[in-house]
Amino acid sequence: MDAVRARYPEHFTRWSRQRLSMIGIAAALFVLLLFGMGELGFFDGTLLTGFGRLFEIAGLMLPPDPGSWAHARAYGMALIETVAIALLGTVAAGVLALPVGLLAARNVTAQRIVRFLARRSLDTIRSVDILIWALIWINVVGLGPFAGALAIMTSDIGSFGKLFSEAIEAADRKPVEGIASTGGSHLMGIRFGILPEVFPVLASQVLYYFESNTRSATIIGIVGAGGIGLHLAEAIRTLELQQTSFIILMILVTVAAIDVVSSQLRFAMIGRRAGIGK
Amino acid sequence: MAAYDASVRSRRGHTLLFVACVAIAILLASASAEVSPVKFLENIHRFPSYIVRLFHLENGQPVWTDFGEWFWGLQRWLRLLVETLLMAYVGTVLGALAAAGLAFMAAANVAPGRWLRLTVRRFCELCRTVPELVFALLFVIAFGLGPMAGVLAVVIHTMGALGKLFAEVVENIDMKPVEGVSSTGAPWHVAMRFGALPQVLSNFTSYTLLRFEINVRGAAVMGFVGAGGIGQDLIEAIRKFYYSDVSAILVLILLTVAVIDSLTSILRHRLIGLEGKN
Repeated sequence: MDAVRARYPEHFTRWSRQRLSMIGIAAALFVLLLFGMGELGFFDGTLLTGFGRLFEIAGLMLPPDPGSWAHARAYGMALIETVAIALLGTVAAGVLALPVGLLAARNVTAQRIVRFLARRSLDTIRSVDILIWALIWINVVGLGPFAGALAIMTSDIGSFGKLFSEAIEAADRKPVEGIASTGGSHLMGIRFGILPEVFPVLASQVLYYFESNTRSATIIGIVGAGGIGLHLAEAIRTLELQQTSFIILMILVTVAAIDVVSSQLRFAMIGRRAGIGK
Repeated sequence: MAAYDASVRSRRGHTLLFVACVAIAILLASASAEVSPVKFLENIHRFPSYIVRLFHLENGQPVWTDFGEWFWGLQRWLRLLVETLLMAYVGTVLGALAAAGLAFMAAANVAPGRWLRLTVRRFCELCRTVPELVFALLFVIAFGLGPMAGVLAVVIHTMGALGKLFAEVVENIDMKPVEGVSSTGAPWHVAMRFGALPQVLSNFTSYTLLRFEINVRGAAVMGFVGAGGIGQDLIEAIRKFYYSDVSAILVLILLTVAVIDSLTSILRHRLIGLEGKN
């Protein structure tokens, strides 16, 4: 034992430097946590009364109940609209993001400045939240699901552009070289050398986003951009809690169904081994 | 050659079928989402003009001519930004701590019981599928308007999302240390502390940092439903057409997000570097 202790002294000191610095960081983070909780009103007593009320609300939410057939039908239609918003936004974004993705990919666009501009604009689009895009589009095309679809499209162009350009950069260079060696132009190299290879990956990414966009589409209604969110926010604000839980349940079932369908399609497209295509 | 032609033809056929399906789905969705190309073309000029107007002051001058006028509310906005960051921080830390506890109960290899594992999994799924803003709307009723509702919504969502990721990390650990500790007669929580936790801690931290970036964006829009942070001022400025305020707040949010993103990515790279050295 003593021999081991002599050989690895650093593992036997009780307070090594690394350990001390870890403890210091953890303490600082903890102090910041307490400060933050204090600033945000965690110690004012509202927390306890709030939790009491929360349990009351949770009790009132059960059992889920649409109230009437007319309500249930309206919710169903709104849910279809939500899925439609997500579908349109995702497909339009996929189509529009492809050229931008090509512009941002190193092995396609040789000009540094074009690539830089493409990337920066994608970053900017992505940093603006989908709800803010929804509000901006509402100012352009008015309240309604159309604004929602445009919002999803805009925010997804940012994400897709980045993902697509990464997928394109990861593509094998040999097919492009083969086409160039037969005298094919740069454009033909992209069309026949790169696109066939990356297309399944891109399609699987689009499908993957379709599911998460359905989730986003449920909330853009809160700011008036169509879909089930409008009914949901209204039900919560008017304290129709059984309807609220009914709507939430509908959303959960829909998202789960879309998840199953889209992952089946994804696996069919890229094979089970490739997983979720990231 | 004939076989080649046949295979090409069958692939073409599949592609055509796929395109036709997508086209029909899009047509149906367009009808449901009230898409109207006419309305879009009539109004599209408002999009660039809206963006241009965002960058002009009340007196018609471009914003960069008078920074004092553009950022007239800087003090108030900075305070709200700090509140937003604190919301994200407190929400991330509390959510990550809860998720770390849940992950050990949800991981297939170390979970103490099958029913507990399935229950925890479903619970995490529920927490991450219901959008943050819906939780925020509910919490606003229970806790009143203010950042508390927003923080709790962030906590719930973070717990659900990280609970799943953490459980996957735990499922990938080397079981030998855990078996070693258990073989000395240690109870479950001790085996987890000394057998499993050291293996997963760096991955947990890295995922938590990523989540923090997402939560900063999430906390910035919590104010849209009255749940604290800078979103409150943003939506008010958008709704009341205070154009230059909108751009000023957006610029502040984008800058903050960019700074946070680069800081966390530096931290994450250092973390990965540390792991490599050990």
